[in-house]
Amino acid sequence: MVLMPKRHATLIGKAVKSVMKLRGGGSALPGLIVEKIDPNFIKSTLAQLPDGVVVISGTNGKTTTTKIVVELLESQGRTVFTNRTGSNFTRGVAAALLSEVDSRGKLDADIAVLELDEAHAVHFVRAVQPRYSLLLNVMRDQLDRFGEIDATAQLLKAVADATSTTVVMNREDPRLLKLGTSLHPEKVVYFGLSDDMRATFPTDDDMRAANPTGTAALGPPALSVLDSFDGRHARFTLGDRTLSTPLKLEGIYNVYNAAAALGLVLNIVESVDFEKLQKSLANVTPAFGRGESIMVDDQPVELVLVKNPAGFRLGLKSFPPEGYATMIAINDNYADGRDMSWLWDVDFDSLRTEGVASVTGVRAYDMALRLQYEEVEITTVETDLKKGLKAFLTKEKSKPKRIYCTYTAMLALRRELGRIAKVETIS
Amino acid sequence: MTKTLRILHLYSHDMNIYGDWGNVLTLKRRAEWHGYKTELLEYNPGDTFPDDVDIVVGGGGQDSGQHIVQEDLQRIAPTLTKLAEGGTPMLVICGLYQLFGNFFRTRDNMTIPGIGIFDVETHGGPERLIGNIITESPEFGQIIGYENHSGLTYLGKNTEPLGKVIRGAGNNGQDESEGARYKNVLGSYLHGSLLPKNPAIADFLIEKAAVKKFGSFEPTVIDDSFAKRARAVALKRPR
Repeated sequence: MVLMPKRHATLIGKAVKSVMKLRGGGSALPGLIVEKIDPNFIKSTLAQLPDGVVVISGTNGKTTTTKIVVELLESQGRTVFTNRTGSNFTRGVAAALLSEVDSRGKLDADIAVLELDEAHAVHFVRAVQPRYSLLLNVMRDQLDRFGEIDATAQLLKAVADATSTTVVMNREDPRLLKLGTSLHPEKVVYFGLSDDMRATFPTDDDMRAANPTGTAALGPPALSVLDSFDGRHARFTLGDRTLSTPLKLEGIYNVYNAAAALGLVLNIVESVDFEKLQKSLANVTPAFGRGESIMVDDQPVELVLVKNPAGFRLGLKSFPPEGYATMIAINDNYADGRDMSWLWDVDFDSLRTEGVASVTGVRAYDMALRLQYEEVEITTVETDLKKGLKAFLTKEKSKPKRIYCTYTAMLALRRELGRIAKVETIS
Repeated sequence: MTKTLRILHLYSHDMNIYGDWGNVLTLKRRAEWHGYKTELLEYNPGDTFPDDVDIVVGGGGQDSGQHIVQEDLQRIAPTLTKLAEGGTPMLVICGLYQLFGNFFRTRDNMTIPGIGIFDVETHGGPERLIGNIITESPEFGQIIGYENHSGLTYLGKNTEPLGKVIRGAGNNGQDESEGARYKNVLGSYLHGSLLPKNPAIADFLIEKAAVKKFGSFEPTVIDDSFAKRARAVALKRPR
């Protein structure tokens, strides 16, 4: 029996969606209404897809990886449904589905690629069994929401267990590797780093750990391996093939996300067109706020989203400060995490030579205090983001600029930058 | 003559995930700013416990990290107890605070022995107590931090808390106590990290160490204006 969604639920949802659009409203409410009327809506709509459902989860890199996977699959001729709004929980998926289905509830796609945060992924896989899942990493993030990092690993285990065909996971993450070895070997595929690259990727456990090069020297083989990256070109080993390509993606962690995406796509697509795959990968641009560049007064302003210590450390490693004016914007709203402890788990010594031009955000003084103890010079501290940004842009007018920002600080900064420059609209 | 203070980071590999480095770094920098040389020592399971330790600092960490250190901690308990009795200043946060007490009893009734420097006991609680917290101490004034624990800690009859809860849960959410103190050993649930935003506590630990080792402590004036502003902001943030 093919499950079809109740038609009236779809119509009501679409109607709510268009009213919300007129009002310029939020993205999750229509999804919520449909869920209430037809709890089977997501399940039955996604069950129609010939290539099934992919769930992408983990602490860092979900949005960029999902974007890469979607573009790579499209290069192989697939029509992909995805939750592009970044509303990465079940209602967000329902809301995204509503704008794509026709009034009979039919979705015109071959496959769904969904970014879900760890806690919502668990709820989602209870309702919809994914054919594939891609697990990126388990790092410390918003522990005030999930409790402990080991508990987060348990959430991803539930996702792996629910996956019917293949779980693609990060070999270099000790918690995922442990999870991987507990699954049926035929169900698990790894992506990883070459020995050379591994040295530049600290995990969350590594900051003060005895053996910072990790565990993978003796680990299982990986289907997709990032061999090298020189800032512009990357080389990947994909089974017995090598893929070398220039990239628009910046930052070493974004490039490692590409290795994750390649590992997944090779599992989904049976006969890959490698030429198209390479061309598509070369053209992928970073997701918003993940190293995107906005031109102001003929100088680039780069936004680097930082959500947790490992991400912040990787960001600092990926983008050398020389020649750039640096700003750090730290908020502590719910979506950022309220606890400031994490700032103390990041090494800021790389900023010591250039100093930090501006520190801003609600918790600017916590950040300034952190830099004081790292003996990094700060020019100005301003808790008001608008004022902080304005002063930064004026004072550092002739220099390229880079802003490390937490999630809600990034949204506010993009909004402000949008008043004076061209900023891509996210809808 | 340069005076050197030796700061020991207890279980730096397994119990370091929650901003505990902030406490170690704050002690190191402030001791240096006060004119001392510092030496950072790390102690991990199986290591030989170093002689001549002036300050001991240790942190929280994952439940799994706690498991690794439990046995080792029993091994070095006599040394730590001797240091505590002799007036060596120590700061233990969260997981190690619990293990510096008499025992931790988990929800499924497993008892993990502590080392009994504090006369306190901890019982696994039904939920995590999470959020910004403010306490008050006659000696240190307002103590500001962030708590995130499920263990509920109860003080023995004659045990003093580190602070009285003004806002937040504290040791157990019931009796308004937060942390514990025995001689110069301070235990607390507060992350944030604790010491950078509460420099009075950092200076207390340094002073006790200096007086014990050199007979006196001559502090310099440190510019704590960022700490003051960060405290003022933290006081106004939601739980």
